Amino acid sequence: MALMRITSPHAHGPMSTSKVMLNVLLATIPGIVVLTHFFGFGTIVNILWGSVVALACEALALKLRRRPLGFYLKDYSALVTATLLCVALPPYSPWWLIAVGIASAILLAKHLYGGLGYNPFNPAMVGYVVLLISFPIQMTAWAPPRGVGELPGLMQALQACFTPAAFDGATMATPLDLLKQNNSLLVKDLWRQSPQFGRWAGIGWEWANLAFLAGGAWLLYRRIFTWHAPLAMLAGLALMAALFNDGGSSASGGSPLFHLLSGATMFGAFFIVTDPVTSAVSVRGRLIYGAMIGILVYIIRVRGNYPDAVAFAVLIMNFAAPFIDYYTQPRTYGHQRGEGEK
Amino acid sequence: MTEFITQYPLVTALLALVSLGAVFGAILGFASERFRTEGNPIVEQINEILPQTQCGQCGHPGCRPYAEAIANGEAINKCPPGGEAGIQALADLLDLEVIPLDEEHGEQSVKKVAFIREAECIGCTKCLQACPVDAILGAAKQKHTVIDSECTGCDLCEEPCPVDCIDMIPAEQEGLQTWHWQLPNPVSLEVDIIATDAPREEAA
Amino acid sequence: MRKVFDFHGGIHPPENKYQSVRTPIADAGIPPQLIIPLSQHIGAPAVPVVAAGDTVLKGQLIAEPKGFVSVPLHAPTSGTIVAIEERQIAHPSGYQAPCIVIASDFNDEWIPHSGTRDYRNLDKAQLIERIRAAGIAGMGGAGFPTAAKLSVREGVKIDTLVINGTECEPYITADDILMRERATQIVAGTLILQQLIEPSATLIGVEDNKPEGLAALRSAAEGTAVEIVEFPTKYPSGGEKQLIEILTGKQVPSGGLPADVGVICQNVATAVAVYDAVVLGRPLISRITTVTGEAVAQPQNFEVLLGTPMSYLLALAGYQPQKNRRLIMGGPMMGFTLPSPDVPIVKTTNCLLAPTEIELPTPTPAQACIRCGMCAQACPASLLPQQMFWFAQGKEFEKLENHNLFDCIECGACSWVCPSNIPLVQYYRASKAEILQLRRDNEKSEQARIRFEARQERLAAADAEKEAKRAARKKAAEERALQAAADGGEEDPIQAAIERAKAKKAAQVAGAADENELEKLEKAVVTTRKRLETASGKLEQAKTEGSDLVAALQTGVDKTRAKLNAAENALHDYQLANSDAPMENAAPTDAAQAAIERAMAARSAEAALSPSEKARAQLEKLQVRLEKSRAKLAESRDSGAEEKIIEALESTVERLSEKIAAAEQELQATEGA
Repeated sequence: MALMRITSPHAHGPMSTSKVMLNVLLATIPGIVVLTHFFGFGTIVNILWGSVVALACEALALKLRRRPLGFYLKDYSALVTATLLCVALPPYSPWWLIAVGIASAILLAKHLYGGLGYNPFNPAMVGYVVLLISFPIQMTAWAPPRGVGELPGLMQALQACFTPAAFDGATMATPLDLLKQNNSLLVKDLWRQSPQFGRWAGIGWEWANLAFLAGGAWLLYRRIFTWHAPLAMLAGLALMAALFNDGGSSASGGSPLFHLLSGATMFGAFFIVTDPVTSAVSVRGRLIYGAMIGILVYIIRVRGNYPDAVAFAVLIMNFAAPFIDYYTQPRTYGHQRGEGEK
Repeated sequence: MTEFITQYPLVTALLALVSLGAVFGAILGFASERFRTEGNPIVEQINEILPQTQCGQCGHPGCRPYAEAIANGEAINKCPPGGEAGIQALADLLDLEVIPLDEEHGEQSVKKVAFIREAECIGCTKCLQACPVDAILGAAKQKHTVIDSECTGCDLCEEPCPVDCIDMIPAEQEGLQTWHWQLPNPVSLEVDIIATDAPREEAA
Repeated sequence: MRKVFDFHGGIHPPENKYQSVRTPIADAGIPPQLIIPLSQHIGAPAVPVVAAGDTVLKGQLIAEPKGFVSVPLHAPTSGTIVAIEERQIAHPSGYQAPCIVIASDFNDEWIPHSGTRDYRNLDKAQLIERIRAAGIAGMGGAGFPTAAKLSVREGVKIDTLVINGTECEPYITADDILMRERATQIVAGTLILQQLIEPSATLIGVEDNKPEGLAALRSAAEGTAVEIVEFPTKYPSGGEKQLIEILTGKQVPSGGLPADVGVICQNVATAVAVYDAVVLGRPLISRITTVTGEAVAQPQNFEVLLGTPMSYLLALAGYQPQKNRRLIMGGPMMGFTLPSPDVPIVKTTNCLLAPTEIELPTPTPAQACIRCGMCAQACPASLLPQQMFWFAQGKEFEKLENHNLFDCIECGACSWVCPSNIPLVQYYRASKAEILQLRRDNEKSEQARIRFEARQERLAAADAEKEAKRAARKKAAEERALQAAADGGEEDPIQAAIERAKAKKAAQVAGAADENELEKLEKAVVTTRKRLETASGKLEQAKTEGSDLVAALQTGVDKTRAKLNAAENALHDYQLANSDAPMENAAPTDAAQAAIERAMAARSAEAALSPSEKARAQLEKLQVRLEKSRAKLAESRDSGAEEKIIEALESTVERLSEKIAAAEQELQATEGA
């Protein structure tokens, strides 16, 4: 047998794209468990159905683009997209809503741009925004948390998904909704009046956020991504909330702690902002990228039309990522600062 | 004034537009004069891209005339020695569409140099006259030879030779000094991740 | 304790060094045949000073350096020069290169040599000369001639001498074992270099994964001005630029040399070679090479003669070729694959790595870049590998250069961490080479442009000059004609005849450029022939009359006849030269234009044809040319032309016949297809 002739390096590190994706999938488990505990099986049904649709869409796209199925399905990126989108969707979403969202994410946001690695926008967030704009009623119908309303069982969850017409689940405004729509009560009174609020933020929401924080911390520990972007985002959001926190008037935007533990904050910080494909790349770039998302999240949450804002903030900063990269090229060894930035 | 505006809205609008146009036109005109860039004339830039083989395959007597012709709107795909890369560069410079090489003007081939078999040369100086870059050394009734470092491989000397003693041989075969790794196959064709769906042709 | 600095990026691949340091350095012995490549260093190849059949002694000079950046070669053992020929060498291309092949006589007989213990009495030039004469080239892997590196330019102050004992690549232990076993020589060599360079600090930098080597060096360096610096293990801290940053905190400017920041860097093995050269007087003829990997039964370090075939060395270590699909010279990060196990060991062979498939698996196909940025975190040069990968794929060379592609040291850290398994280093290597090629091409085309323009100018100037002369003559003739007309009336018939002849001549000269050269030559022949006839007639007459002018007339006739011959020859030559292009009436300036036009016409005609038609047209063309050549040949033979010309024509005919045969074959092939 002739000796192989290939270029160096001949050794390769232990990391692979599939492992990165698997790690991300594993890291979502605590958050999903907490969501299920507080809101029932809706999220899990979302994810299962979403994954089936995602794999089908991915296979279809690969087939149309004449790419080998096995090689690309093995990178698990479609499953990650499906999981992230389905976690963000309200539990007990109808099957068609999920299908439309996943199809937009996989076909529109990913494969139309050339597949994994070439998409300028986060596919899960594109899917989410498409749904939010097209079906605002379904997208803002969150189930009441455990202890506030009745939790549907597994069978009911399946029913909600596949025969939505027959499902009659209660829905309730989320804490972010309540705060946004409030314009007469002091925050303290609002808090007392609404059963959805918990110790620091909303019931269930606060624990889900902490669970996603734990998952993110594990990914950080595994060095799947660096701390720069997520911490910058949390810092940006907390800073904005602290700057504009007026102590709880009727026009209050909410305290920093409330914002950090509400909505999709932690989920966004560790699972969406860290998406490497669509974020800035250099260390300085990731700091700027994360911080800008944090600031935008606060602005849109408090001043915008939608109760949560992670998806919009991320997509807006996706636009800016190449621009940020352009101006944050690191100084190459042996060069003076500035001369590389031509 | 206000009365006039309210009474003749159409006339007012027209006047406003015209005066706006005049003002902006004046500003633009001033700016284009004031900030004019004394860049390389376009012919020079085109000429820099052309390979300077002076081979005349484009139908012009040399590269510069072709550069002038391109500046005047001639097609950019008539230069076989420049090849696809040359067309690409010209298209970038002139903001034109990349078009395939016009085969009528010859095919892109490996770089060659002329070689005179000196035993057969009769010293007629025909090739000296044909060489556009004075790369052939010789005198009447003396053997001629090619200075291969100056030869552009245009093959204009081959045809005039009465005894057919000039060969075009491939230039400097790849040696240890020039060997290098090739670009990897674009993540190979069976697992292609390139955004365009057609298999990319490797520009060799 | 000296402060050590950190550099950006870096990785921690599994070290795999323990396998080959379990036994001391083994002597590889003398192989039956040694193959010594003339180029084992960066720079011009050495020039052999021996010939096949010569016998040489161990350490004898066999090739001289050529130029400043070059090193000599010495016979690694005594024996006979078998050949100086092309052999396959240790290079990823698998190409051959000139080598001196020596058959050993196994006596290992040294040529008389001597060094000096008190090198302190030698001045710098003498020291450098000894290092140069010993053929030392950087032994860490790059192979830059050491003497050239040590010849610091005037006015450059070197304040730090760095001896590199880092050996950050996995698997390689050649320097490690050298430090363990020969620390005294390393320190002695370092002191010689210190005397040569006179730095204010001399540092030997060693990673903290070599405690035994560090301890040995520390005890050897006791009481000297050599400082041993230990720093954390991280790949690629052994890269020259990275090591300089670790030890001094300074960065070598892009495109510059370490000397620009007052540093000179040498490998520990080079220091030992310097010691051998100066103190023992021994040239560089052997080195320490690690043989390791799971495809060898006993991984270990060998002291091996340069030129030893690798297969010989591998056999000593228990090489199992069936387990090995990829043989690497150097380490797993920067080493290159060898085309065959039979290539020789050279001055830069620090390691032979024979891994099994499980140990270093064949790379899997690359997946998509997900821009995770791990490569940018790992890059010791702070580049953006993912961006450069993007540009390299699109061959956007300008952007690559703006992203400082040429500061890439090809350490492989980016490829190692890449989760998508993209061969990033290969992209950068290929792109670098293509950019350099483009630069060379651009230089060449610029040169061609200058020559072309110079030629155009010259031709234009020549034309202008001719034109000016012609105009001047015409004017003169006109003036004279006017003068004659003004003189008017009385015509002196003689004067008139003279005038006519003059005018005719002037017209002739003036029109020479335009006039058909052929006609002129023909006219010359005719007039000369006429003159010869008259002269012969006169001679006949004189003979019959018995005049005493016979002798003079005879020489006249002879001379005229010679002239006639010359004229005829000239005419014939001209016809011969022009017969291929009988229409060639144009001035030489237009020769190129005419050629272009003809070539264009031919090409456009060709383009419209099918392959078989093309082949047929080609054949017909050749046949016409053959006929023409034959006719020419016959003509030349009849007219008794020069031998040389006949020969040339004969070979032309022969060649054309061959070409026709080939064309016929091609025609058949295309028609058959």
